Amino acid sequence: MNDNPLIALFGYFALLSLFAVGGANAAIPEMHRIAVEVMHWMNDRQFADSFAIAQLSPGPNVIIVTLIGYHVAGLAGAAVATVAMCGPTCLLSFFAARTWDKFKDAPWRIAIQAGLVPVSLGLIAASAFVLARAADKNIYAGVVTAVTVAVASFTRVNPLWLFAAGGVLGLSGWL
Amino acid sequence: MPEPTTSPPSPPGMPSLSELFISFIIVSVSGFGGALPWARRMIVEQKHWMTTEEFNEAFALAQFLPGPNVVNFSVVFGSRFGGAAGAAVALSGLMGPPLVIVTVLAMLYAQFGELEILGRILSGITAAAAGLLIAVVGKMALPLFTKRWTWAPAIAILAFAGVAIMRWPLPWVFAVLAPVAVAIAWFKPAAKTATP
Repeated sequence: MNDNPLIALFGYFALLSLFAVGGANAAIPEMHRIAVEVMHWMNDRQFADSFAIAQLSPGPNVIIVTLIGYHVAGLAGAAVATVAMCGPTCLLSFFAARTWDKFKDAPWRIAIQAGLVPVSLGLIAASAFVLARAADKNIYAGVVTAVTVAVASFTRVNPLWLFAAGGVLGLSGWL
Repeated sequence: MPEPTTSPPSPPGMPSLSELFISFIIVSVSGFGGALPWARRMIVEQKHWMTTEEFNEAFALAQFLPGPNVVNFSVVFGSRFGGAAGAAVALSGLMGPPLVIVTVLAMLYAQFGELEILGRILSGITAAAAGLLIAVVGKMALPLFTKRWTWAPAIAILAFAGVAIMRWPLPWVFAVLAPVAVAIAWFKPAAKTATP
């Protein structure tokens, strides 16, 4: 009987991470499919709550896998899911970065780099657009976003002040 | 006591391991709604460890690799400045604090089951985080749109439109556009080699 949840967690997330081109947010639907529909680790509501808690925490959004692991098998599950999601791709990144720097002046490397930069930029712009559309549910939230764009573009003010202002406005029920 | 020879003399502008660690902790605990703007602010604007172009290139590599982008980036950045130790230090600085915070939040949630107040605060922070990300996109795009590579901005706009407007799945947009962009870059190298 091979039904140890830790092994299943490790296997699914390690596999998922290697196919998660475009980062954690792009992998959310697949995580939902596995956790809710295939493995029945949690129901829809619990998955949505895990997503919300991961958003509440600062840091990379990939942290949702920690919560899924925690839900399935406590602290050990949290650790295993996180290591599975980050370990293989971190090793890959490490060796890729090594190779990348070694062939710094190779024509193929320069071409790949020059091609990837604009694609990457467009995808980041798309995620900014999606984030703004989700966040700006009314005119006041839109103003917070617009003011942040202006302040972060043209001043050296620490954006944490804008986060604080946004948080206070959100708490007061304006957004 | 460490001898002077045990710590390799890092050139000016090169972060030490402890500096890397602390910097990535600051990036991660500030990073509501995404850590990318904070990583760029720290590395390009505050510490000057990379130029705008170098950051764009390193981040593009991290995004090209599968897995979480900012996590990959911490490894790419850390390994460039401190080898395996640098990668480990940057990664643990980035992942450590959120792991603790999210576990505490999960326990609170299990206890109280209601995070409505936190959710309201977060909705305000997210509105600001969206603005911060838009501003960072503008800064990252600046070198691209001021050089004479006529095709590069077009590729960026296509990638944006495919995902944000057409709502096509990101991996497909990537799988189609990346080879096209690399092929164009191969046959039309950057301006400095194209002009005599």
